[in-house]
Amino acid sequence: MIETQNINFYYGDFQALKNISMKMDANTVTAFIGPSGCGKSTFLRLFNRMNDLIENTRLTGTCLLNKENIYHKSIQVDELRKKVGMVFQKPNPFPKSVFENVAYGLRVNNMGNKSYIAQRVEESLKAAALWDEVKDKLKKSAFELSGGQQQRLCIARALAVSPSVLLMDEPASALDPISTSKIEELIHLLKQKYTIVIVTHNMQQAARVSDKTGFFMLGELIEFNDTKKIFLNPEKEQTQNYITGRFG
Amino acid sequence: MRTKKSIFFKIITERIPEFLLGISGSLTSLIILLIIVFLFREGFGLFSNPSVEKGYVLCVHASNPVEKLNPDQIKQLFDSEITDWKTVDGDDLPVMLFRFDEIFSLYSDEELGENYSLLPQKLGEVIAENPNIIAFLPEQYVPRTAEWVKILPSEQIRVADFFTGKDWLPTATPSSLYGVLPLIAGTLLVSIFAILIALPLGLGAAVYLSELANERTRKILKPMTELLAGIPSVVYGFFGLAVLAPLIQKTLNLPTGETAFTGSVILAVMALPTIITIAEDAMRNTPRAMREASLALGGTQWQTIYKVVIPYASSGITAAAVLGTGRAIGETMAVLMVTGNAAVIPHSLFEPVRTIPAAIAAELGEAPAGGAHYQSLFLLGCILFVITMLVSVSAEIISKQKYKEAV
Amino acid sequence: MNKKTSQTTAFWIFRLLGIIVVGILCWILGFIIFNGMGVINWEFLTTAPTEGMTAGGIFPAIVGTLCLVAGSIVFAFPCGVMSAIYMNEYAGNGWIVKFIRIMTNNLSSIPSVVFGLFGMALFVNTLGFGDSILAGSLTLGLLVLPLIIRTTEEALKAIPDAYRTGSFSLGASKLQTIRRVVLPVAFPNIITGLILSIGRVSGETAPILFTVAAYFLPRLPGSIFDQVMALPYHLYVIATSGTDIEASRPIAYGTALVLIVIVLSMNILASIMRRYFGRKVKTN
Repeated sequence: MIETQNINFYYGDFQALKNISMKMDANTVTAFIGPSGCGKSTFLRLFNRMNDLIENTRLTGTCLLNKENIYHKSIQVDELRKKVGMVFQKPNPFPKSVFENVAYGLRVNNMGNKSYIAQRVEESLKAAALWDEVKDKLKKSAFELSGGQQQRLCIARALAVSPSVLLMDEPASALDPISTSKIEELIHLLKQKYTIVIVTHNMQQAARVSDKTGFFMLGELIEFNDTKKIFLNPEKEQTQNYITGRFG
Repeated sequence: MRTKKSIFFKIITERIPEFLLGISGSLTSLIILLIIVFLFREGFGLFSNPSVEKGYVLCVHASNPVEKLNPDQIKQLFDSEITDWKTVDGDDLPVMLFRFDEIFSLYSDEELGENYSLLPQKLGEVIAENPNIIAFLPEQYVPRTAEWVKILPSEQIRVADFFTGKDWLPTATPSSLYGVLPLIAGTLLVSIFAILIALPLGLGAAVYLSELANERTRKILKPMTELLAGIPSVVYGFFGLAVLAPLIQKTLNLPTGETAFTGSVILAVMALPTIITIAEDAMRNTPRAMREASLALGGTQWQTIYKVVIPYASSGITAAAVLGTGRAIGETMAVLMVTGNAAVIPHSLFEPVRTIPAAIAAELGEAPAGGAHYQSLFLLGCILFVITMLVSVSAEIISKQKYKEAV
Repeated sequence: MNKKTSQTTAFWIFRLLGIIVVGILCWILGFIIFNGMGVINWEFLTTAPTEGMTAGGIFPAIVGTLCLVAGSIVFAFPCGVMSAIYMNEYAGNGWIVKFIRIMTNNLSSIPSVVFGLFGMALFVNTLGFGDSILAGSLTLGLLVLPLIIRTTEEALKAIPDAYRTGSFSLGASKLQTIRRVVLPVAFPNIITGLILSIGRVSGETAPILFTVAAYFLPRLPGSIFDQVMALPYHLYVIATSGTDIEASRPIAYGTALVLIVIVLSMNILASIMRRYFGRKVKTN
């Protein structure tokens, strides 16, 4: 599904990612863990080319999505981003109504007419387990929702354009424990239809939601394996040290 | 261990400077208060002036049924626009105008006596002989005792006349007309059209600076737009006069290039830096997270700009428009130099107009201090002051109206 | 239209608008510089106008403008700085400061011609200064007061609170802290505000029309109760109501260039200083 080969990434002179190669399968949840500044978010943002927005950066190596090089000249970045949805660290709804937030992606991509949009909005909100809570306030500002609801709204927004991959950059770090567990349940449900990549600094969360886990440190992928293996019987000492809390 | 001396010392070194600082702090408020007091005191003094020129009165024949005349009627009478007393509810007689100077062509200096002592008497005779006369005379020579003379009561200038009058003729005799409508119309025409030009240009440039230009271009262009703000308004006026007015006259084939349109163009250029700076700041303040969310959903950069950045910055953009308008309304020198200064209600953009600030600047030099004309210009100042206060306060309120932040 | 072409079109329009704005600036500056360059020489800068202001120089106007700048700054600078110190260091964050800030804001939005009216009513007529450098300087001083207050306040705000607490912890009083720690650090940025104000004062016309400016006065002022010529007013006069407008055109170009050079060099100097010292305070 997603495959990277020898990825190196630089912010100016600083090398943020060092020679990273890995494979992620369809309909699995892959978690990236590691101390802050280890490059896990940078790596995640390669898959929908969000790093393009930062000036003075450089990338070498290849990054394939369904065997297609997403950094090839012929790739249209906005088409790619439609296929690869993203949920950010802090909930970032637009200053628009709940409905318009979910409809945004459909509108900017000219996807379907009014009734189709209404249908997709409902489906997406249901898929994000938010429909029952907001069906009576679709016209209200998204800012009136609670933080957890806003984050699920952002997930619904990402789902509306029917992506195949969902990137989540510490999606629960700004939320309370109850909202967090709702998001985690949601990830379990979404796994059946989407390939999910999640960055988290919370190891229990990685252990709870993911099938595979990659451990990053100082821009290097130290270990990448089944989640169970990583947490119960890691091969590398650095991984062992990190998950047992000796540093980080 | 505090001695009396150290407490005293402390008062000198700490309390007194603090007191002085406090006074300076209130200085701006004090100045505004003073401006209000002086402007409004002088300005509203206008309404205690008689509508006929100070020191003069109007006299008619005692048989004339007309009891009083308003300033507009007086002006029309003396401009020979009204030639019949019937028009002003009098008898069916043609109007005979008599200005004070005319007495000297009727009588020689000897006949008027030493020190003109016989002047009032002769004036009385003239009035008595002509039942259809209206005479404009200095108060000191009015024949008060003569039989056939009726002095028209002098009215005060009325507030309603000022705000609804269609003629601004502050130097007309015997009765000046202070109708502010042509000036207000001129001001609004010039500044509204200026904003119509400046807004698309300024907002476009702001979008370019904030969203498209790379950091290096921005670092060059931003100070350049600020330089536009630094150019003195008299230089803009000179540029308008020397370049723009001839250009507009030639291309549009007008009798004169000094028109409302010329003023609007110059004002638009002058309002640009205000609009660009404020709008650009507002757009750059759009949180990165909002832009990223839009891009991550497959929106193009342009879709992100008009669907997310511009709506998010809308309050700042509105404030920019309002402040730009405020700047345009109050601008004096440039407008004074290029709009041709005709105090009539304009019928098109391509006619000369006079704005409120230009009227003040152009006329205050000729208006004797304390006179009705002088006071009327202060009243114009009051109008300007009130408008700019409203603009500045509403811009403040608008720019504070941000979207409710996410919890 | 698909979304790519609409983006391309929109971006070209915005680039074009940006270019137009810069083009306008270049046009105006180029016009003045191109026409004014040939006029300016040593004689032009150091002699009085002659022959009904169609020949000679602009020396009295330059001197007059310098007098007005000096006079207004002498009045406005201390007042503005003290006012800013009061607001930033003493008054806290209550309704008083909010009120004063709104008032300062409002003061800066009043059109300059209203300042002219006010200056005439208060200084010229009520206080009896007559048309004089004193009346003109005070009027101009009021006009730039908000600018000085705002720039000084920004300079004071940029100073980290750690400086103040550090000084207090050593037993310094509030005033000592301001004098020995706050002001020296804020000084360069306060001076930047001063320079901006000088630029602003030297270009203003409307406030001096009725408070000081003389139509034609070839001799130099002897006291602060004299009238003077001033560059912006001189430009206005020879551009609109001189004895022979066509003949005095070259003089007008020269005057405009001198005026622009003074005003813009002040603006540019201020912006360079802001960039230089702004960085310095931050890295400290």
